[in-house]
Amino acid sequence: MKDCPVGTELPPLTIEATPTFVVSTALATRDFQDVHHDRDAALQRGSKDIFLNILTDTGLVQRFVTDWAGPEAFVRSIKIRLGVPCYAYDTLTFTGRVTERDGDDVVIAVSGVDSLGEHVVGTVALTLGGE
Amino acid sequence: MSIQEAAERIAGQGESAPRAARDAVNQAMVNNWVEAIGDRNPVYVDEEFAAKSVHKGLVAPPAMAQVWTMGGLHWTRASDDPLGAMMEVLDEAGFTSVVATNSEQNYHRYLRTGEHVSATAKLESVVGPKRTALGEGWFVTTKTTWYVGDEAVADMVFRVLKFRPPDAAPAKAAAPVLRPVISKDTEFFWAGLREGELRIQRWGETLRHPPGPMPPDGDLGAKPDHVVACGRGTVYSYVVHHHPKVPGKDLPFVVALVELEEGVRVMGELLDADPETVHIGLGVEAAFVKIDEELTLPAWRVAR
Repeated sequence: MKDCPVGTELPPLTIEATPTFVVSTALATRDFQDVHHDRDAALQRGSKDIFLNILTDTGLVQRFVTDWAGPEAFVRSIKIRLGVPCYAYDTLTFTGRVTERDGDDVVIAVSGVDSLGEHVVGTVALTLGGE
Repeated sequence: MSIQEAAERIAGQGESAPRAARDAVNQAMVNNWVEAIGDRNPVYVDEEFAAKSVHKGLVAPPAMAQVWTMGGLHWTRASDDPLGAMMEVLDEAGFTSVVATNSEQNYHRYLRTGEHVSATAKLESVVGPKRTALGEGWFVTTKTTWYVGDEAVADMVFRVLKFRPPDAAPAKAAAPVLRPVISKDTEFFWAGLREGELRIQRWGETLRHPPGPMPPDGDLGAKPDHVVACGRGTVYSYVVHHHPKVPGKDLPFVVALVELEEGVRVMGELLDADPETVHIGLGVEAAFVKIDEELTLPAWRVAR
């Protein structure tokens, strides 16, 4: 079992949101909205560039937490609130800390920040497995 | 019907009919997903590792719950989709823009290859109108539940803000102006405008405008060049155009024939001029109205 009292910081995760990353994650999450793969369409709709989709944010938050918790953990919930967009060519940095702990059950507060500000903020509840 | 009444009606319809995922949970989509996200957790891809883990076999990433029932490339909303119905109501009320604000997913258990999920959706709440940084809008919350058979395996509360952008000035269309025909004889004139020069064709000592293929005396062997006008002149004649509409112009506007200090007359719109105060002899200066990368139009402003 992980030794992680409330307040434990998770190792940060940095994601380079290259156009390839934005497009490949949109398609891997079966999200074909043009603003995630077609730069001209994104510009026409008033965006600066193509940008990350929400299903990818959920996936990244999961990856960030389980990278730390390990493969024996069970993710129970991922609750996120979206802030500024994450456009192609930006860098997204996730940080997190343990905010609640009850036996094997922990809650992690997560924040993902890019050059425009807070892109995603939320909490992940998981049950830690043995190690 | 008010927005609130429409919301109550849609919420009253309860859960939409279950919509089945196109494909059963499968390793190919999991492999694509973990590769794109960069997730190296072995319980999704390494059969041997997964079998010995707490999961007792390969599992699908829980965050993929929504992926299985995504619509795909040629998707259209089902007629009983509550989010679609609510979006229509708000579109009609002028709240035309949308941004997702919250996604809250609960995973009751992990999914495994071969399981076929279906999803239902219902409208939870519509709250507004609220003043937000993006403009006035309504928060629309729906709840999606994923099932395998009768067993609920995951659910999601999803909230969007449907808003009216603050009076963004309607973008003036750049394209719909009447475009001039540019010939070999007039090319230099339009090229000059793009660089902020008012160029006048010269045949020896004689200036000619509009430019043409021959000098006024008809010498077929003559070759022209050009001078750059100083840009100052006086109104020689003008019209105030009230009707009909002209693409890209607000009515009324003034078109002036200006006699340049160089002695030739050039036509163009007199910008920002009150038609009441325009008169023959009014001093003007050349102006350059950039339409796009290709086209700049000649125009005039009242001299200061």
